[in-house]
Amino acid sequence: MSLFQPSRGNAGSTADSYQSPPWSDAPPWHVGGTAPAPQPSAIGYEAVRASRDFWTIQRRYGSFVRPVCTLFIIWYFLFVMIAVFAPGFMRVSVFGDVNVGLCFGVLQFVSTFAIAMSYRHWARRRLDPLSDRLRHRLEGGQEP
Amino acid sequence: MTGLAATGAPFTVGTPALNFGIFAFFVVVTLVIAVSAAGRNRSTNDYYAGGRAFTGWQNGIAIGGDYLSAASFLGIAGIIAIYGYDGFLYSIGFLVGWLLVLMLISEPFRNTGRYTMADVLDLRLKAPPVRAAAAVSTLTVSLFYLLAQMAGAGALVSLLLGVNSSVGQGLVVAVVGILMIFYVLVGGMKGTTWVQIVKATILAASAAVTTVWVLSRAGFSLPSLLQHAAASSPAGTRVLGPGLEYGVSTTTKLDFVSLALALVLGTAGLPHVLMRLYTVPNAREARRSVVWTIWLVGLFYLCTLLLGFGAMWLVGGKRILAAPGGGDSAVPLLADKLGGTLLFGIVAAVAFATILAVVAGLTITASASFAHDVYAGLVRHGEAEPGDEIRVARITAVVIGTVAVIGGIYAKGIEVAFLVGLAFAIAASANLPSILYSLFWPRFTERGALWSIYGGLITSVGLIIFSPVVSGASSSLITDRHVNFAFFPLNNPGIVAIPVAFFLGWLGTITDRRPADSARFARMQVRALTGVGAERGGRA
Repeated sequence: MSLFQPSRGNAGSTADSYQSPPWSDAPPWHVGGTAPAPQPSAIGYEAVRASRDFWTIQRRYGSFVRPVCTLFIIWYFLFVMIAVFAPGFMRVSVFGDVNVGLCFGVLQFVSTFAIAMSYRHWARRRLDPLSDRLRHRLEGGQEP
Repeated sequence: MTGLAATGAPFTVGTPALNFGIFAFFVVVTLVIAVSAAGRNRSTNDYYAGGRAFTGWQNGIAIGGDYLSAASFLGIAGIIAIYGYDGFLYSIGFLVGWLLVLMLISEPFRNTGRYTMADVLDLRLKAPPVRAAAAVSTLTVSLFYLLAQMAGAGALVSLLLGVNSSVGQGLVVAVVGILMIFYVLVGGMKGTTWVQIVKATILAASAAVTTVWVLSRAGFSLPSLLQHAAASSPAGTRVLGPGLEYGVSTTTKLDFVSLALALVLGTAGLPHVLMRLYTVPNAREARRSVVWTIWLVGLFYLCTLLLGFGAMWLVGGKRILAAPGGGDSAVPLLADKLGGTLLFGIVAAVAFATILAVVAGLTITASASFAHDVYAGLVRHGEAEPGDEIRVARITAVVIGTVAVIGGIYAKGIEVAFLVGLAFAIAASANLPSILYSLFWPRFTERGALWSIYGGLITSVGLIIFSPVVSGASSSLITDRHVNFAFFPLNNPGIVAIPVAFFLGWLGTITDRRPADSARFARMQVRALTGVGAERGGRA
């Protein structure tokens, strides 16, 4: 992992040095055009992508997002298809005038809230520490 | 204005003077906020992204403000009041789509772009034609969405201020347009964001109060509310299940599936929502803001369900349909029934303010896209002075505002939620495929991007033009029944246009002889997941 060793050249540009106040009109990253923050060259990025930490982030992200997205899309279209092609089922009473359709619809809300909250908690625990670590290493300023 | 309001009105609710007073109060308050929050707005970072200084919850509420348009507040509740359950299907689609934004878009988008959607594609593909294509589709979607909002404004004006002459309505729509341009010019993104936050808060509060009020009438019993609603509808208990609006024939059923697809995929392609992700300091705050938005939007839609059934019960479908604006007037009429002229005035003014704020959000997005992508990126090849770029953005805002006013004057009378459904279909087909491909597909190339953006745009807009929306049906834009070029049977093009756009993106890529730039994809991936190289913002 020699790529992640701190370098001589960019020592000044640590993560803190471009935290400029919101009211500053010309934040450092605007000086000189479009280059936003210190960043490795394209070759550096390929090396990062090949690194073990990055591989872990990617795998974790995919292993959460892929099944969850697939499931909620299926769950949503199941609801849509039943509503459109089997409306009779939706009219079956659960108690009084509250029918299956209404419960099913409210469940869509509940599942959306639940997925949003669990993604937030999961990402904070499982993704953020890793991506912080990688970013600090990258921004520690090395040029390959 | 009182002179206009005083003209003889066959259908007035409340007192126009009071309604106008409440609305004027809101306008003054938001203007003060916009002006005082604006600051100097000298850098593009301030003007487009509010200095990236908003916190997650502030931005989350502001996104809710941008998203909960007149279509949500008036449109969905109106559809529920008339067709019952079918309106609920709209709100579910509008909500569930946010999960895609949360998990696939928010963080990578914040990490890889600066101000616009084109920035993200540009980082991946570095191709001026792609930037141009992204700008074209951003502008098209924004304009369509703008039209929908302004159409709603026209209908509301007649109800709220008792203005029934078309000249009078046009005048009020023009005043709305001028106010909104002023917000954008003076406030920039910072001012506009604060306007959204205030608006979303007032909107949510008044929806919640009215909902509790409706429930109290029904003895805080949901079954009893439903029972009353069903009893006062000609369709009886059938309104409590799906199918009244969409269950008529196979065509209407397919139309609904098409709409459902557009709603769930469209949110992630709405430029004015995506641009909001840049107003926070980092990707983590962007994620947090989307979670806030999901709660706000979800709870709000649960309120509209009860409001819709409440309006069905207390106002009645017949009276709603007879009112100017039709279904869109259900909630204001319900408020009148519950709390008399004062609550009516408040709710109608809030609805009006909602339109105003959403229009401001759309205008700043469209003007940013033109100034940042077309002017700075393409005309000046990235060498524009920030001052110049902001000047162009301001001029564009004026032009877009004017177009919206003119369009709004002509588009009035079309159901707002329906028009917004079309905007979602265009967003889902023109924007979403290229965003997802460039974030997640290593092979994606410039040609794939161009094919999917232009292909999606042309297919969706083209199918709308050749659909019953424009000609051949009693509700068409072209009222002359002899003109009929509608060969596409569905109202919403989503079910065809979205798969076509994804397919074209894939086809354009695999038939591209030039290989994908793997170094650029590596950079994209690393930046998207770690946030390295992304512009930071200050603390709020």
